Amino acid sequence: MTPLQTPEPYDPVLHPPLQPLPGHKSGSILERALRRGWFAITAELNPPDSADPRDVLKAAEPLKAVADAINATDASGANCHMSSMGICSILSRAGMGIVLQISCRDRNRIAIQGDVLGAAAMGVGNILCLTGDGVGVGDQPGAKPVFDFDCMSLLRTLKTMRDEGQFLSGRKLSTPPDIFLGAAENPCIPPYEYRAARLEKKVRAGADFIQTNYIFDVERFRTFMNQVRDMGLDKKVFILAGVGPLASAKTARWMRANVPGIHIPDTIIDRLERAAKPAEEGKKLCIDIIGQVREIEGVAGVHIMAYRREHLVGEIIEESGILKERLAAKGAPNPTPSA
Amino acid sequence: MYAVRRFAVRHSRFVERFYQSFERVIISLDPIFRRIGYGRLEKPVAFTEKVVKGFLFDCKMCGQCVLSSTGMSCPMNCPKTLRNGPCGGVREGGFCEVKPEMRCVWVDAWDGASRMNEGAERIKIVQPPVDRALEGSSAWLRVAREKAEAHSSVPANTGKQTIADAFKRAREFEPASAPLASEPKTASTTPERLK
Repeated sequence: MTPLQTPEPYDPVLHPPLQPLPGHKSGSILERALRRGWFAITAELNPPDSADPRDVLKAAEPLKAVADAINATDASGANCHMSSMGICSILSRAGMGIVLQISCRDRNRIAIQGDVLGAAAMGVGNILCLTGDGVGVGDQPGAKPVFDFDCMSLLRTLKTMRDEGQFLSGRKLSTPPDIFLGAAENPCIPPYEYRAARLEKKVRAGADFIQTNYIFDVERFRTFMNQVRDMGLDKKVFILAGVGPLASAKTARWMRANVPGIHIPDTIIDRLERAAKPAEEGKKLCIDIIGQVREIEGVAGVHIMAYRREHLVGEIIEESGILKERLAAKGAPNPTPSA
Repeated sequence: MYAVRRFAVRHSRFVERFYQSFERVIISLDPIFRRIGYGRLEKPVAFTEKVVKGFLFDCKMCGQCVLSSTGMSCPMNCPKTLRNGPCGGVREGGFCEVKPEMRCVWVDAWDGASRMNEGAERIKIVQPPVDRALEGSSAWLRVAREKAEAHSSVPANTGKQTIADAFKRAREFEPASAPLASEPKTASTTPERLK
């Protein structure tokens, strides 16, 4: 294996993590974009089943030009892939903005708090705290589910590490991690009436930003956002709506039946079914949904999950016109994470 | 038992009232408990608690009961043992992601909380992670110790103090959720040298 070639090898001494701006919690580019009022873009990276770092860089290639941060998933769907920490180490060396995803399913409080320090030292500015899907839906259903934390106690613990400079054990940190804390929300699944209350609890626990699960039912999302605004939560947390292109009606049906927490209305599946080119229609649908969620007050950005369709992310962003508007409105260059 | 625990959630308001009176009795018994010795009481009380709460709530004896903050639906029955609300995988109709035949413990919890006096406010409080070393021990006795020692100056255990500070609101209502009071030897599985 030839050594990894990156445009600018990351050296934690020569290139320390970006310093937080005044009033900011991290040096994260995502946080800067959000606090400037820009419509932020994050994108999920499809983690390789490989030990070759080039596979990670290849997967990041179509995302890095358009995303303020790339999400490194932590065995999502309880399927084993390269770890989120491994992906972060490669992407941070290449100078990209990253969201480290931490699921409570696989590691206990000792492992997680240690990983957070390691990640922050590598220059990871954003951490997404997740409960995690049950082990039963993954490729190794016999694994032991850990769930030492839940997403809320994890958020509060990381907030304690950052703001109080302590582990949960009370031991002091000589340098606390400067991290922008994220959490997920799934507005389109039951119990709908309590999803906004759950979001409020995540904000109390310490969430600075939210990435939602897939929004295919814009009406339901709009109702959720109405509640969110009524509670004033859109002023306390940045909400990024989760979107993604569907490949076909068949994929949509499969996802709906097999992936926990995905709600796809029949109207969407019908639209894909009727389309002459379902993949093209799936992309168009994604762009339509981006257009619709952008109109909703309180939505601060989009989170694109294009599983096995990463090549489309550039086109989706391009055609949705987010970056063009950002340039026009601010007269400033896009703060690309690859810069 | 599933049917009984769902009955308890449907009658959460009554259970809440009963529990409040019961808690007052337990706390008032602290001087007697102290005379007998918490260490000596631990085993029989934990056994009784397991039988009673096991029947009523399918209690898993986490030792840090927060039922009054979870709509009288025991969060340890969640396959992910979530203490702060449902996950993102709840199925249509409010069923569990992991056990599709079971109602989501947290859908029930919110339902129960909406009928309670204080429950609806208390369910919004962020609960700390459970201290696994306290599994199997009596939460009733822990509540009595916490309330009785609340005003006395106990030398703080730094680890416990940090969790107690980080989850201050939870402790205001359920001090046993992040306990600070001293533990009798029999109540904890953590070896003394590790404390």
